[in-house]
Amino acid sequence: MTTKRVTLLILAIIVIASPFFFPSNFYYRVGSLIFVNGLAVTGMVILIGYAGQISLGHAGFAGIGGYACALAPVHLGLHPGLAAILGAAISGALAWAVGRPILRLKGYYLAVATLGLGILVSMVLANEAWLTRGPDGIEVPDLGLNDVLEFVGIDISNAQFWYFFSGLALVIGAWIALNLYDSPTGRALRALHGSEIAARTVGIDVARLKLQAFVISAVYASIAGSLLALQNKFITPEVAGFMHSIEMVTMAVLGGVGSVLGAFFGAAILTTLPQVLTVFQEYEQILLGLVMMLCMIFMREGLLPSILRALRGKDK
Amino acid sequence: MAELMQFLLSGVTVGAVYALVALGFTIIYNASDVVNFAQGEFVMLGGMITVFAHMAGLPIPLAALIAIAGTAAMGVALNKLAIEPARGAPVVSLIIITIGASIFIQGVAQLVFDKQLHRFPAFSGDTPISIFGATILPQSLWVLAGAIVVFVGLWAFFTKTLTGRAVLATSNNRLAAQLVGINTNWVMTLSFALSAAIGALAGVLVTPITNISYGVGIAYALKGFAAAMLGGMGVPLGALVGGILLGLIEALTAGYLSSVYKDAAAFVVILIVLFVMPSGIFGRKSTDRV
Repeated sequence: MTTKRVTLLILAIIVIASPFFFPSNFYYRVGSLIFVNGLAVTGMVILIGYAGQISLGHAGFAGIGGYACALAPVHLGLHPGLAAILGAAISGALAWAVGRPILRLKGYYLAVATLGLGILVSMVLANEAWLTRGPDGIEVPDLGLNDVLEFVGIDISNAQFWYFFSGLALVIGAWIALNLYDSPTGRALRALHGSEIAARTVGIDVARLKLQAFVISAVYASIAGSLLALQNKFITPEVAGFMHSIEMVTMAVLGGVGSVLGAFFGAAILTTLPQVLTVFQEYEQILLGLVMMLCMIFMREGLLPSILRALRGKDK
Repeated sequence: MAELMQFLLSGVTVGAVYALVALGFTIIYNASDVVNFAQGEFVMLGGMITVFAHMAGLPIPLAALIAIAGTAAMGVALNKLAIEPARGAPVVSLIIITIGASIFIQGVAQLVFDKQLHRFPAFSGDTPISIFGATILPQSLWVLAGAIVVFVGLWAFFTKTLTGRAVLATSNNRLAAQLVGINTNWVMTLSFALSAAIGALAGVLVTPITNISYGVGIAYALKGFAAAMLGGMGVPLGALVGGILLGLIEALTAGYLSSVYKDAAAFVVILIVLFVMPSGIFGRKSTDRV
């Protein structure tokens, strides 16, 4: 079986089988958060892992996606589901418009430009209180899908619904990302990751491809933001904040940014960690900082590839 | 006119702090090609340690000295424990390591100190000085003087002393520097100590004006990073000019446009500068090696 099938199979099994081990409804909530973060991080895999570009501002797109679901139903009368698509379109358009000049930059310069972009979005969300109700956040209408399910006879709790819905979104997102990996575009992206100049000499339109990766990852982040807002039925500007951008990059790199599955495990670990650490609330920041540093120092390719390599090493 | 003067004065004061942070960025970036996102935590540590040493009964100058020395030791520890083991790691990993360090230091600070806002008395009292109808706090002059002294000191260090030139040589080409007998590890240690000390100094100077708490570091890091980028990464003059410019832009935006968007102004300017001249005002154009 190909990596693609294995990855999708593992993800599907995780989504379907995990509930058998859930002692309480609360775990559905954590699981669905993991899937939503996993979806956003899959976008980061395309941007960082495939194309080799960095962004410290992708939370901005998550913010756009989330606020689209809060605002479009009220002001435009759109269904929340359509609002999420509108948010994705806006995020994609913004990424396209800003990406062209920004993606000429490299390394730290690209980092600071994307960081600026993310901070600007979060500032607008926090300060335009007439529209967004400011830093305290705004409520988001119900998606209504669970009611439809109930109508056709499937009766599950809200937490369960969102668990499976986010899980489905993650599997679809992973499927698209994995297809992209093997497509001509994916190959070209990996080629420019290796060396931009070499990629250019074999006729790859480097600027256009980087822009594509940036737009796609922005759409992923936006949809993840929408899902988060819809299941919480509430959103605050913090979702677009700098720390959330950092979280997204860290999740991706922690697990192993080269693979969808690795990044998913990164998302799972960093999402679960704060829930586990509530016992040591005082030490939460210290532990988070330590985990970030230690993983990057001792497992540069990320957790999953490093562990796999260690296992293979033993086999020999 | 008096209004404009007032905005300019407060802008230059804030800008001087950014300039100090940016200078700290520049030193480490030159020595190691690492952008140290924990730079803002040095500012926080400088202020917090001084506050707590002062509360323990030490006079402010001694407390400040302890804070600067302690923060410098912290910088060395950061280099030895986190940066050196990760040599050669990609930019993304280095960004995460230094941000991890920043979160870690914040966590330790809120545990060792507390979560309150603190300040200590200004060095030369709080009586404002009047200039062309605008006023400036004596402490602002201390901040400005601090930025200028550090800049001139660094300039002298890098151009007049053998050690400073060794740092420059290391930044140009690490291998070549090693070949002519420069201990590049020591250069790294020195750079982190120096950079942390400058950050701590900024914290000591600015605390009587803006107050300090365990969480202020990340904002200083972002602004200092933006300032360094504005002036041109790795150029000390760029850091100074970039910092002051950023402070002025913020103050003018807050004064004439909108005070809630003053932080946005910095990033709008950065985006524009990066679009128009991607290597900053004083930066050299970078080329790729194939």
